Amino acid sequence: MKSVKVNQNNLNDYSDIWVIGELNDGKIHPVTVELIGKGKELINNLTGKKLNVIIIGYGVQNSAEKLLHYGVDKVLYVEHNLLKSFNTDYYVKAITDLIEDRKPEIVMMGSTYTMKDIGPRIAARLGTGLISDCTELEIDSSDGKLIQTKVSFGGNLLSSAICPNNRPQMVTVKPGVMNKAERSEEASGKIELVIPKLSENDTRLNLILKEVLEKKQVNLDKAKIVVSGGRGLKEAAGFDLIRELAEVLNGEVGASRVPIEAGWIDSSHQVGQTGVTVKPDLYIACGISGAIQHQAGMYQSKYIVAINKDPNAPIFKICDYGIVGDLYEVIPQLIESIKEKRMF
Amino acid sequence: MIRSNMRIIVCIKQVPDTNEFKIDLETGIMIREGLPCVMNPDDKNALEEALRLKDEYNAEVIALTMGPLQAKDVLKEAMAMGADEVILINDLSFAGSDSLATAAILAAAIERIGHYDMILCGMQAMDGNTGQTGPQLAELLNIPQITYLKELNIIDNTVTATKWTESEKYTFKLNMPVLLTVNNELNDPRIPTMMGVMKAYDEAGEKKIKVWGANDLDIDIEQVGIKGSVTNIYESCLTHINRVSTIIEGEDEKEMAKSLAMKLSELNLI
Repeated sequence: MKSVKVNQNNLNDYSDIWVIGELNDGKIHPVTVELIGKGKELINNLTGKKLNVIIIGYGVQNSAEKLLHYGVDKVLYVEHNLLKSFNTDYYVKAITDLIEDRKPEIVMMGSTYTMKDIGPRIAARLGTGLISDCTELEIDSSDGKLIQTKVSFGGNLLSSAICPNNRPQMVTVKPGVMNKAERSEEASGKIELVIPKLSENDTRLNLILKEVLEKKQVNLDKAKIVVSGGRGLKEAAGFDLIRELAEVLNGEVGASRVPIEAGWIDSSHQVGQTGVTVKPDLYIACGISGAIQHQAGMYQSKYIVAINKDPNAPIFKICDYGIVGDLYEVIPQLIESIKEKRMF
Repeated sequence: MIRSNMRIIVCIKQVPDTNEFKIDLETGIMIREGLPCVMNPDDKNALEEALRLKDEYNAEVIALTMGPLQAKDVLKEAMAMGADEVILINDLSFAGSDSLATAAILAAAIERIGHYDMILCGMQAMDGNTGQTGPQLAELLNIPQITYLKELNIIDNTVTATKWTESEKYTFKLNMPVLLTVNNELNDPRIPTMMGVMKAYDEAGEKKIKVWGANDLDIDIEQVGIKGSVTNIYESCLTHINRVSTIIEGEDEKEMAKSLAMKLSELNLI
């Protein structure tokens, strides 16, 4: 059996905090700027460490230059024509080789499907620890170690972990959680081109098609997020807004009894005693008073959010978070806030 | 072209059913007693995909789990659904392994199994939510991986697999062996047949479960278990004690919407 863990005696050789940045069609993923924000905070609690951002791809110098406006010490851009499109083997090799060469102490990535694909593999190749989907990071003031906190057990347990004896300490962080670094007009920091050693023999994957994804198909009962509309929508056109919110959240559209009976939406969308029972992670009830028949179909949702004009609506008694207000005012603002957090 | 003798290993995990998670309302403490255990949902989709390939190509399906003796339950369920062979990895020294140590143990067990064409894993377990074991297992076995599998076709020894990210769809062609990770968007797991259940849950079913311990595997026990893991739990606490309704206040709709979005992302919901 090959040795998995690399017991290191040279922890002091590892310094600097790295953010593995992410690009999509040349645009910087918001989580990259969020990680820079967090990295700057961490570095304030450590002495003599630098904050570097790494981006990989082909023709990414422009993006590298853009990142110089966020107050990092250095941007390393790893360029190779084999890195033009996502490929687990090439990406893992390019990043692992660079980590082995430069020895960062902390490596942060966004919890995106791409990083969740390569992050664990990089950690395994290096023989170090990775904590995924973190929502909080802090430096232990007693020994300078990174305390990494995440939510598990279906949102019920908050746990913190450390990687005491191996380096780098690797982490993926949920997008939209950390505060973005502020952009300054002036560029600062160094920029460095890194050419990785890659050849076509380094992959076993042959990309035959790359497409941009349109909306996912998800069923109401399987959806992780359900956005439902009720009487408060007042008209069929109100579901356009509900759909828009559901789309932004990658969720499905539900409804209470009134819109179904009024013919505003098809009965397949009904949540409640009559209709579908849903148990999503997040249920957003918009303009739904929360009659007991409706509650029967959604009370087991992990988290419930209610938006309603009437502060006495029963839905506010069973929700986790409520907003008393006009849904036609609240939802567009909510969509905008979510987009700011998640989208390009 | 139909392949015969294809061999698929499915890694499954027994997890507490977090949908049944209960909190003692007086003490605010999680009630562990009687918390039912189930096959991790994503793993069930992985098993279904393997069984689909069994139906189509007559593949042999081996279900592999690591856990306490109680985890035999998920292996019986796998047998009832149609797995041909089931293996429990059980050793006190493996307890408390983090994802990398778990991957190392699974890799050792897979090396003992010998020949295989495909490994299927769930993308994420609903207890620990690390989502790492699949890719780390692929790395330790030095085989390619496709995560978030959405479509799969096999011709001879070649797999054509489509994976998704948040915004893109990639189709790769590659040779087996390969490791694939899946979630509940891929398929609907079958309900075991009455016959399957009878066979899996009788005495003969119990006897079919192979149990492998540390001595059966080529593994350095210094590198696994709670002491050998590279990551350690620092502290844990419960988040969601009870549904406490919080009305979000704010100057205007914009401010309220903003703080709601912030709360939802702190909770990992968006």
